[in-house]
Amino acid sequence: MLSLAGRILTELQEMTLLCWRCLKGLRKQPRYIDEMIFQMDKIGVGSMAIVTLTGFFTGGVLILQAYPTVQYYGAQASAGQGVATTLIRELGPVLTALMVAGRVGSAISAELGSMVVSQQIDAMRALGTSPVRKLVTPRVVALMVTLPLLTIAADIFGIFGGGVTARQLYGLDTNVYIQSVRVGVSIEDLMGSIIKPAVFGFLIGLVSCHRGLSTKGGTVGVGLSTTNAVVTSSVCVIVADFFLSKLLMGLFKSTLF
Amino acid sequence: MNEDLVGSAPLSFSLPAIEFRDVELAFDDQVVLDKVSFTVDRGQTKAVLGGSGSGKSTIINLVLGLIKPDAGEILIDGENIVGFDDQEMMEVRRKIGMIFQEGALFDSLSVYDNVGYRLNEEGIDEDEIEHEVKRMLRFVDLEDAIDKLPSELSGGMRRRVGIARALIGGPSIVLFDEPTAGLDPPTARTICELAIKLRDLEGVSSIFVTHEMTNLTYLASEYAIVDRKGTVLFAEEGQDLCLLNTEVIMIRRGKIIFDGRIRDLQASDDPYIRRFLRGK
Ligand SMILES: Nc1ncnc2c1ncn2[C@@H]1O[C@H](COP(=O)(O)OP(=O)(O)OP(=O)(O)O)[C@@H](O)[C@H]1O
Ligand SMILES: [Mg+2]
Repeated sequence: MLSLAGRILTELQEMTLLCWRCLKGLRKQPRYIDEMIFQMDKIGVGSMAIVTLTGFFTGGVLILQAYPTVQYYGAQASAGQGVATTLIRELGPVLTALMVAGRVGSAISAELGSMVVSQQIDAMRALGTSPVRKLVTPRVVALMVTLPLLTIAADIFGIFGGGVTARQLYGLDTNVYIQSVRVGVSIEDLMGSIIKPAVFGFLIGLVSCHRGLSTKGGTVGVGLSTTNAVVTSSVCVIVADFFLSKLLMGLFKSTLF
Repeated sequence: MNEDLVGSAPLSFSLPAIEFRDVELAFDDQVVLDKVSFTVDRGQTKAVLGGSGSGKSTIINLVLGLIKPDAGEILIDGENIVGFDDQEMMEVRRKIGMIFQEGALFDSLSVYDNVGYRLNEEGIDEDEIEHEVKRMLRFVDLEDAIDKLPSELSGGMRRRVGIARALIGGPSIVLFDEPTAGLDPPTARTICELAIKLRDLEGVSSIFVTHEMTNLTYLASEYAIVDRKGTVLFAEEGQDLCLLNTEVIMIRRGKIIFDGRIRDLQASDDPYIRRFLRGK
C-alpha cells in the first residue's frame, strides 16, 4: 500500500519536473519551431477525420435520444439548444480529448518509448541535444494548440449531425433547429470549450511523453507504456474535466453576474 | 592534423583525458561497479575487456554523464563531471563522440541527417554540414548510402554510420561500445583500422569496449602511418614489442582485475584471465 502511494508520488514528482523542464525548453534557443509545426500537422490534420466523425454521430445520437422526450413536453423548438449546450460544454471537449488521447497519446509514447529502448534518446543526449526540448516541448505545445481547434471542429460537426438527424428522422425544420442552437451557444460556454481542451492537450502531452521516456524493459516495455499512456491520460482528462467545469462555472458567474 | 598533435603534446603529461577515481554504482541492490579507478591518457586507447554484464557499457555511460555514480569522481580533461547538470554536461559532451553498442541511429532521419545531426543542432550552415558529412562518410566508406534510411542498411553499415555520426565535429575523446559485435571479420577489421587511424593520426583518446581478442590484437600491435602520397598504411609492430599508447583493462563483476599492457595480460597467470583469453 505504502509502495503504491510512494510510486504515485514519485510519478507526480517526475511529471512536475518534466513539466518544468518543458516550460524552460520554451524559453531557450533552439526552440525547434519546425518540429512544432510538423507535430501540429501530424496531430491536428491527422486527427481531423476521427474527430469530426465522432462529433457528427454524437450530435446525431443526442437528438435521437432526446427528441422524443422534448416532443412529449412540446418543446421541439428547443431541441437544438440542448444539443449545442451539451456538445460545447462537455461532450465536445471530453470526447475529442479522449479520441486524441487514444490516437496521439499512444503514438507519442510508443515513439518515445522505442527511442528509449533503441538508445536513440541516449544518443540524442550524447550528441548534445536535450530530449525534453527537442521532443517533449514541441509535442505538448502542438497538442495544446490543436486540441481546441479539433474540439471546435467536433462541436460544429456535432451540431450539424444533430440537425441532419432531427430533419431526416423527426422532420424538424432546419431553421427552427438553427434558431434554437443560437440560443444554446453562449460566450462563456465557448470560452470554456477553448480553455478546457488546451488544458487537456497539455495533460495528454505531458503524460504520454513521460510514459514514453520512462519506458523500461525492451519492446514489451513499449507496449506497456503505450497502454499506460492512454489509460492515464484518459483518466486525467475526465478528472480534470470535473474540476475545470467547477472552476469555470465559478469564474464566469463572478464576472458575468 | 599533425599540428594538433604537437599542440596538445604538453598537456599529455599534465591531464589525463578521462580519469575514474573509486567510482561506485549500484542498481537497486545489485552492485555494478565497485571502486573502479583508471585513467585514459591523452592520445591513448584503452581497451576494456570483460564478460557480458560485467559493467562495460555502464562505464561508458558514466563518461557521457548519462547515468551518475553513487560515489567517486569522474574527471574529463581534469573536470569532475559528477555534479554537473544536463546543461553543463552538454559542453562536456561536445568533445566526446560515442559509438553505441546497437548503433542507436535516429530511424526517422536519413543517413545524411543522422551524420550531420550534431552540426545541424549547433546551427552550422548547410554547405559546411554537407561538406563535412560527405567527408565523414568517405572516412567510413559509405558515400553511396547518403540518402538511405537506417532501416535500409545492414548491421555493419549502421555501425559505420554510427561511427561517422560520432566523429563529426572532431571530438577529442571517442567511446566505442562493442563496435564490432556481430560483424564479419573484414568489417570488424575495418572498424579497428578506423580506431587505429583516430589514435595515431588524429591524436584521439578513446575507450574501446570489446570482448573479442582479435580486435585487441589489432589495436595493440598495429599503427597507422601516412606515406608520401598521402595514403594511410598499417604497419605491424614487431612480435615482442607492444604499443605504448594502447592499454587494456579487464573488468569482472564490476571490479578491475587487470590494468596494463596487453603483453602483461597475455602473461598473466590469473585463471579467470587465462580462461577469458583462450576461451576455455
Ligand atoms: N538501467 C539498468 N537498471 C538495472 N540494472 C542495470 C541497468 N543497466 C545495467 N544494469 C546491470 O548492470 C550490469 C552491467 O551492465 P552493462 O550494460 O554495463 O554490461 P556490459 O558489460 O556492457 O555487458 P555486454 O557485454 O553484454 O554489453 C548488468 O548486470 C545489468 O544487469
Ligand atoms: Mg554493453
